[in-house]
Amino acid sequence: MNSASSIKFLYAAYIATWLIHALYLGSLLRRYSRLRQQMKDVGK
Amino acid sequence: MKRAFPILAVLTAFLLAYALYQALVVAPTDALQGDVYRIIYYHVPSAWTAFLLFFINFIASVQYLASARPSTQRALKWIVVALGIIGLIAPFVPQVRQQLPVGMYPSSVATTALILVGLYFLIGRYFPGQDLDVLAVTAAEVGVVFCSIVLVTGPIWARPVWGIWWAPGDIRLTATLVLWLIYVSYLVLRRFSDSAQTQKLAAVLAVFGALDVPLVYFSIWYFRTQHPQPVIGGGGSMDPRMLHVLLISWMAFLCFAFLVCWSRFRLEKLRREVEEAEALESLLEPGGPTTQTSKARVPLSRGPQ
Repeated sequence: MNSASSIKFLYAAYIATWLIHALYLGSLLRRYSRLRQQMKDVGK
Repeated sequence: MKRAFPILAVLTAFLLAYALYQALVVAPTDALQGDVYRIIYYHVPSAWTAFLLFFINFIASVQYLASARPSTQRALKWIVVALGIIGLIAPFVPQVRQQLPVGMYPSSVATTALILVGLYFLIGRYFPGQDLDVLAVTAAEVGVVFCSIVLVTGPIWARPVWGIWWAPGDIRLTATLVLWLIYVSYLVLRRFSDSAQTQKLAAVLAVFGALDVPLVYFSIWYFRTQHPQPVIGGGGSMDPRMLHVLLISWMAFLCFAFLVCWSRFRLEKLRREVEEAEALESLLEPGGPTTQTSKARVPLSRGPQ
């Protein structure tokens, strides 16, 4: 197996992992900020 | 508790960085696969973490369903104790021992049974009432994230090693995809159902969905599959240095999953509080519930999101 091309697959897997985590953490942050806005509206 | 989160977050970041360094630099290169085998340090810990989270979802769902009737709750406790005792003793009985897959130690089966029973009572102790449902949705959602990573990194690893992205009909791969689909449908059910019974329906789905977890785990022992044999407890011969790095990676992933679950749990609790406050506010408005907003019309017992 060509080691240079197999390295590409290794990096792709690691990047994909952190991309999925980043997307999920981003969605959590978005939901938090939406909830904070809702809390402000309820406070009024 | 507020201070604990940032401290844990910093520790987890260090642990993840250390695990990455170990995986890419310290772990020896595989003689057959070369460097691409290092995907194992993300693929396998993600799978183990997903299984653990789905199991937590299962326990929380069972306890949530049982919490409706105290007599069922008491009976369930005794059933779990009995299963724990059977799980502790049975693997050492010669007839049962012969049935265990090659390479699986009776002591590891007994330890797993003990850990699972312990987990059941810990969850029951620290997550009373509605918190069980909040825990269930938290574990399912984070579990789906980790299972997605397994399904993405698996084909990326398979392509250079097997020459194909996916082995159609392979039971390990198919069962994992089905597992992911079951928990995605669990989350979709919770997201889009407005019924007051949503939480119960989702809990029942979770109980049936969890049946797929042992199928995924044991499929490589009992069926012929393209997927390799397990690296731990299955008679595999992994280099101790590789195993060491794999366990470090799993620790790092577990800490990360714990932090994410913590955030998601708090978010869900807050969301339910806001929803209740909105419903109460609409009741107190002049004109009563008839003038309430669409958000406040959501029943108080509705599922998350």
